[in-house]
Amino acid sequence: MRLQTASRWLKAALPGLVLVLCFAVPASGEGLIASLSTHRVLIGSNYTGAQIAVFGSVEPEGRRVARADPFDIVVTVTGPRLHLLVREKEKTGLFWLNKEQRRFWEAPSFLATMTSRPFAEMGTDDDSRRLQWSLKNKVIATGTGLAIDPGETRFADALIRLKGAGQLYQEVERGVTFLTPNMYRASIILPATAPTGNYDVVVELLSGTVQLARQQTSFEVVQIGFEQQVAWFARTWSITYGLLAAMMALLFGWLATVIFRRD
Amino acid sequence: MQTYLPIAELPVSVLLIIAMSAAVGFISGLFGIGGGFLMTPLLIFLGVPPAVAVSTVTSQVAASSMTGALGNWQRRQIDLKLGSFLVAGGLVGTLLGVLAFNAIRRAGQLEVVIALSYLTLFLIIGGLMLLESLRALLMARSGRPNRLKRAGQHPAWLKLPFRVRFHRSKLYASAIPILGFAALVGFIGAVLGIGGGFIMVPALLYLFRVPTAMVVGTSLFQILVTMTAATLFHAITNQSVDIVLAILLIVGGVVGAQFGGRAGRNMKGESFRILLALLLLGVGIRFASDVVVKPDEPFSITIQGQR
Repeated sequence: MRLQTASRWLKAALPGLVLVLCFAVPASGEGLIASLSTHRVLIGSNYTGAQIAVFGSVEPEGRRVARADPFDIVVTVTGPRLHLLVREKEKTGLFWLNKEQRRFWEAPSFLATMTSRPFAEMGTDDDSRRLQWSLKNKVIATGTGLAIDPGETRFADALIRLKGAGQLYQEVERGVTFLTPNMYRASIILPATAPTGNYDVVVELLSGTVQLARQQTSFEVVQIGFEQQVAWFARTWSITYGLLAAMMALLFGWLATVIFRRD
Repeated sequence: MQTYLPIAELPVSVLLIIAMSAAVGFISGLFGIGGGFLMTPLLIFLGVPPAVAVSTVTSQVAASSMTGALGNWQRRQIDLKLGSFLVAGGLVGTLLGVLAFNAIRRAGQLEVVIALSYLTLFLIIGGLMLLESLRALLMARSGRPNRLKRAGQHPAWLKLPFRVRFHRSKLYASAIPILGFAALVGFIGAVLGIGGGFIMVPALLYLFRVPTAMVVGTSLFQILVTMTAATLFHAITNQSVDIVLAILLIVGGVVGAQFGGRAGRNMKGESFRILLALLLLGVGIRFASDVVVKPDEPFSITIQGQR
């Protein structure tokens, strides 16, 4: 009885639903296709980082409407979130001690932004802030320091600088290239220190400052083989693991004595 | 040659790690100290997360003190009785130290306390040792005999009640200062995340007047017991012992410790104390420059947790 009522409701709503979908399709995916060269990055004993290609096309129907501005592609890669604390040393008396600090509750462990053109050519600073294009604006959005003083960005700057030194935060203007007017390609360079977990990849199609389409996909960084087993064993059988580590230490220590006894 | 560390989650150069641990192992075998206060900062500098560095180094210290202690055992240079007293006192101190560690961390002052304690400890201990050694050296040169231990002469604090005779160490002293001191070393060690050998060795030398040969073995024995327990404790509580890194550190460490022990046997007591003093002073100055000199990068990032 209930089911019938539900299905009758659905039938009535269906034309409306179809109508909504018709309008929604061009907005959410103005013919934007995005794909990754791999969805799983495997960490083995010889892992030293990885490179993943993002590629796809802007479908011709997306160009039906004549637009004054050219197309832009912005690719954003976001790694697993961490709760980070950024501290600043200040001179107190004789010593340099940590004084002020800012928390970044949802800071990405890895963050890369690649664009087909420099931000400055794509729009004004205001546009950049509003649409959170640049790395800095994305990072500021995860900080709590923002609520106190929006002008104070030195902690976000420091975070980007420190993470950037290890290639964990990257901003590559012109990192996206158009192979043909409809095909684009970008490379995600993942340093070896990027943590395991799920990475979101968002591809945005822009014209001027208008977002025409947005596609989301993801890849995963996982340990395999021996590395995975060790990590699993350490977590699941921590007492046995600890005993093994301690016994191994003692065994090696004894072994060295035996080996070096002769000479 | 690079290999990936499964717990630390980063690749490292195998040869670099082995070379570093061999160097630290040499120092460890030479002076009868654990060497954790040298190895841990080196690993953190390479990018190993601090928690993984601290816990994995404990296993290396256990291994190199095992090989060192065995060598001393064969030459009958361990005072097991004194060592057991030190272990017993040390365990109590470690427990109290862990409680204090958590309290200081809650107050958000851990880094300051660690930096300042290192600074004071290294500079004071290193400075005093250097002065004493130089004085001894000068006296030896001027022809006057200088013996650390004079028969029948004991400082007042060793004459407290509950006196125990330690034959090997030629020590007849009250158990109270010995246990109390071991507890203090355990306490400092737990707060600073180190074995405390570098405090124990000078203390045994100067405060308790234990013969140099016996000091190294007995200190290594005490470190062996506490660091084996610490490895187990770290593995169980925060799963941060990286066994691949541990193997690399241990291989380098035990080989280095063997050579260090050999070098130490051929060394005179005075030069031994001067070198140890210089090492401690050097590390102390290094820590001092960390907090006194204007840093190139005033900002630092701490990971507080996974989201």
